[in-house]
Amino acid sequence: MRAVSEADSSIMFGEDGLLNELLVERFNYCVYVVLLLIGLYAMIAKNNLIKKLIGMSIFQTAIILFYVSIGVKEGGTIPIYVAEHDPHGNHAEHAAHPEEANATEGSEENATTATASHEADHGHHAPRSLTDEETSGYANPLPHVLMLTAIVVGVATLGVALALTQRIYRAYGTIEEDAVLAAILAEDAATVIPDVLSTKPKRAKAKSRKAKQA
Amino acid sequence: MSENSIALIFAFPLFGAVLCALVGRKSRNLCHPIAVASLAGALWGGIETLRRVIASEANEVSYYFGGWNADAYPRGVGIEFRADYLGTLIMLVVVGVAFLVAIYSKLPVAEETPEKEGSFYTLFLLQVTGLAGICLTGDAFNLYVLIEVAALTGYGLIAMGSARAAAATFNYVILGTIGASFYLLGVGYVYMKTGTLNMVGIQEVITADGLADSAAMQVAFVFICLGVLIKMAFFPFHAWLPNAYFHAPTATSSLLAPLVTKVMIYVMIRMTLTVFGVDFSFENTLWTEVIPWLVVIAIVCAATMALAQRDVKKMLTYLIVAEVGYMVGGIWVYNYYGFIGSIFHVISDACMTLCLFLGVGIILRKRKTTHFDGLRGLFRKMPFTMGGFFVGGFSIIGLPPTCGFFSKWYLITGGMLAERWEYMVALMFSTMVMVVLFFRLIERIHLAVTESGENIGHGHGDLALPDSETFFDEAHWTMLVPLLLSASVVLVIGIFNQDIVNLIQDFLEPFDLPKGTDR
Repeated sequence: MRAVSEADSSIMFGEDGLLNELLVERFNYCVYVVLLLIGLYAMIAKNNLIKKLIGMSIFQTAIILFYVSIGVKEGGTIPIYVAEHDPHGNHAEHAAHPEEANATEGSEENATTATASHEADHGHHAPRSLTDEETSGYANPLPHVLMLTAIVVGVATLGVALALTQRIYRAYGTIEEDAVLAAILAEDAATVIPDVLSTKPKRAKAKSRKAKQA
Repeated sequence: MSENSIALIFAFPLFGAVLCALVGRKSRNLCHPIAVASLAGALWGGIETLRRVIASEANEVSYYFGGWNADAYPRGVGIEFRADYLGTLIMLVVVGVAFLVAIYSKLPVAEETPEKEGSFYTLFLLQVTGLAGICLTGDAFNLYVLIEVAALTGYGLIAMGSARAAAATFNYVILGTIGASFYLLGVGYVYMKTGTLNMVGIQEVITADGLADSAAMQVAFVFICLGVLIKMAFFPFHAWLPNAYFHAPTATSSLLAPLVTKVMIYVMIRMTLTVFGVDFSFENTLWTEVIPWLVVIAIVCAATMALAQRDVKKMLTYLIVAEVGYMVGGIWVYNYYGFIGSIFHVISDACMTLCLFLGVGIILRKRKTTHFDGLRGLFRKMPFTMGGFFVGGFSIIGLPPTCGFFSKWYLITGGMLAERWEYMVALMFSTMVMVVLFFRLIERIHLAVTESGENIGHGHGDLALPDSETFFDEAHWTMLVPLLLSASVVLVIGIFNQDIVNLIQDFLEPFDLPKGTDR
């Protein structure tokens, strides 16, 4: 697609150049990738649990931005039936031109049956797919609808994670990950295996290997 | 009634969950019967669905929620639930395991999470709804939502345990969200290129438009596979699993350990076969070269880490990670028999993991610990419990006639026919590790041997036990019966393995997978 012209610089800066493509045509996608990586970094590298959750929110928002970008169309409007596609609009049309409808249905049938079969053809109660021409002015609503679900899922996840953070804070008195880990290690080292069958004094065993994986 | 059987599989647990949430505060004792009854209803729906799938001509039954059926609307309008042999079998495993765990959970829930029966069973039933839904949905985005339903309820169920469980769950939330979000991203790219979310519809568009070489589709495939691999705790991404399942309450780990990872394996099979198609998944990508080697690393590392544990429950969590390696390997050696092995292993591994976790739950309840030191002399006290536990252990090792033998047989056959010797060697290595693990357990459970190997009981091994510890003290029947049932299921699936394999073969036949060495 990209025109390779005589000047090398046009690959970068020309009308169809890389820079143009990235910054003008695909700007949304670049932003989404940057946000995604910021979120991922925060989730993995940050020490503070709340900062991890902030990263998680950024991560999920990046995906929402990606989906919304898919559905955008220049000049597109919200997809609601305009009057001429509306079933009730059709009724008005019939009322206005009854003889025209009869003419198209055939002259041997009387007016009432013709109107009934005409209605059945149009399928008032069984919607049909719109043609490409009819939908050209609409933006695709599906990605936005999907993202409503994803936002709900994200909120629920965040809620669960915040509740967990609160429990961790109550138990360990900190929300720094390494301090929590240190507390867990100390707890493990102090644990003595209750041996119900012990016939001799049992040595307290530090389960260091297990603690390492905690 | 029967034509709605697919909807009833979800309706029963969903409304059971609502009911539990409503009555849970006032009358806690009602929650357990409600859970068992609604899962029995779901089990009936599942069996009815399998019957209809077998009776149907195309070996699949579709159900459209809200009446958006395919006759009146183009494919992709409305959400389709499609039951074929693969989905139906795994859905039946999910509902069956959940039913047994629901019976089993009466005492552990009352003791470990007192006063919380209402919320526990609400989450429990929603978890089953999510997992069963993953198996049957025919819509890629709906699959994401159901994955998150299962994940969110899973977080809640695990975090009901100790403070340690909450800390482990936090890691699970972070990694689970990354995995599910990657899947969602992949679905976004698929939708961008194909314009549909229906699984069969995506496959039709890929074939019709020749999208196999499309960069966006390749990105989608990578994102989806990566997301699913994280969710199934494949080796480098396994870090969340052992701690989360180890610290979870007994009933929770008995439900999640057999099901969650296996259902994600199902998602991977569904994505590679049905959604992207065999040609796209296996012929055009480097993955078939790379993943078997990752599988080898995964199996060897997970088995070695299991060997290092001194706690039964912790050891089992690492075995789950190793088993995930088996099944991913069965898919990516790209062979007909590997796929049979993988699908059959999903079924049999769920049953035997259930068996082991139910046994461990009983040990934990009796001895207050699952450490190796607390196991001595258990066989004399609880011969039936330990008998059931050993059946699960033998199945993990792969002794005939347990189901573990036959699934491993197909996996190894697949690896051999695909000339993936490294995968075979890893399977053999892991089998030997499991022999060591379980015979070490059997030794401790039968004899009164101390940690250092010293036999404190002279002669028959139990003379040194205090009198109070030698009498027969079997587990409560609500815990024992599910364990023995799951042990007999392990044996029955093993003995009648050919019937299940026939169904799996009927499912795999149309996909034209390589059967021999001619790749």
